[in-house]
Amino acid sequence: MSDAATALHHPAVEPVESPLTPESWGKLGMWVFLAGDAMGFGVLLASYGAMRAGSADWPNPAEVLGIQLTALMTFLLICSSVTMVKSLENLKSGNLARAKMFLLLTALGGAIFVGLQAYEWTHLIHRGLMVFGNPWGATLFGASFFIITGFHGMHVTAGVIYLLSIYGVISRNSDMGYKYMVTEVAGLYWHFVDLVWIMVFTFVYLL
Amino acid sequence: MAQSHAEHHGPSYMAIFWYLAVLTVIEIAVIFLPIGKLAIGVMLVALASAKAALVALYFMHLRFETKTLGYIALTPVVIAALLVLVLLPDSLYMPHQTAGDKKMEAPKH
Repeated sequence: MSDAATALHHPAVEPVESPLTPESWGKLGMWVFLAGDAMGFGVLLASYGAMRAGSADWPNPAEVLGIQLTALMTFLLICSSVTMVKSLENLKSGNLARAKMFLLLTALGGAIFVGLQAYEWTHLIHRGLMVFGNPWGATLFGASFFIITGFHGMHVTAGVIYLLSIYGVISRNSDMGYKYMVTEVAGLYWHFVDLVWIMVFTFVYLL
Repeated sequence: MAQSHAEHHGPSYMAIFWYLAVLTVIEIAVIFLPIGKLAIGVMLVALASAKAALVALYFMHLRFETKTLGYIALTPVVIAALLVLVLLPDSLYMPHQTAGDKKMEAPKH
């Protein structure tokens, strides 16, 4: 009986080891997931570079795609990262109402981002850019553009849904420590999406 | 919570926001500079890496976490760098590649 109780309180972890994230396993889990996800984006961007280097008629992205709108989208995502950290900061100081407001603002920023991306895609498709067609040169330009920005856009969409569900969790749960933990883990995902966009903006639009 | 708060001694979140905003403006200005394409490319990659590092270190609190968590985060960066190194020699020897002077052409119909 006492053996079973001891086993429950001491899970199978080496006594000399301390967890990487003492606050919660969720945080470690999110980091491991993000590392894997980053490899996906890394491969996409590296293969974009390889295809571009091997192509003789790759268009100049900044001229074809236009960067005014995407610069605005970049700024928007950076702002939404700030509202995310503000939400966490308010949770830390116990101001739940403000934390929830900042969380909603973050989700709103993400939703506007996806909306602007839809607008941009529509505009480009009307001008003839397709997954399998590009009026300005290499066909692969269209394919890689839609795959990379689409993959990122899906992450933003998933992030908005994730943030809204976290809003539900911190509204219903009464444990302040738990609220902080789930919001911090969600924040990691959100900042990662921002980080990836910084890379996509540089490699697909500016370079 | 109070303990981890005391550990955060880095710049404030608003400072990071301004760094990111300014770096973005510099990035956009860089592509109009009358210098070589390679120089622009190197500057853009450096600026983007700086922005990504700011987000990871401060917004994602990586600077205040254990070192091993940082190694987990660095793994994909190392793998991506290796992938580029593997692909780079081949792309440099592409015979038909012109140094950026083949730009936008009129739509072919």
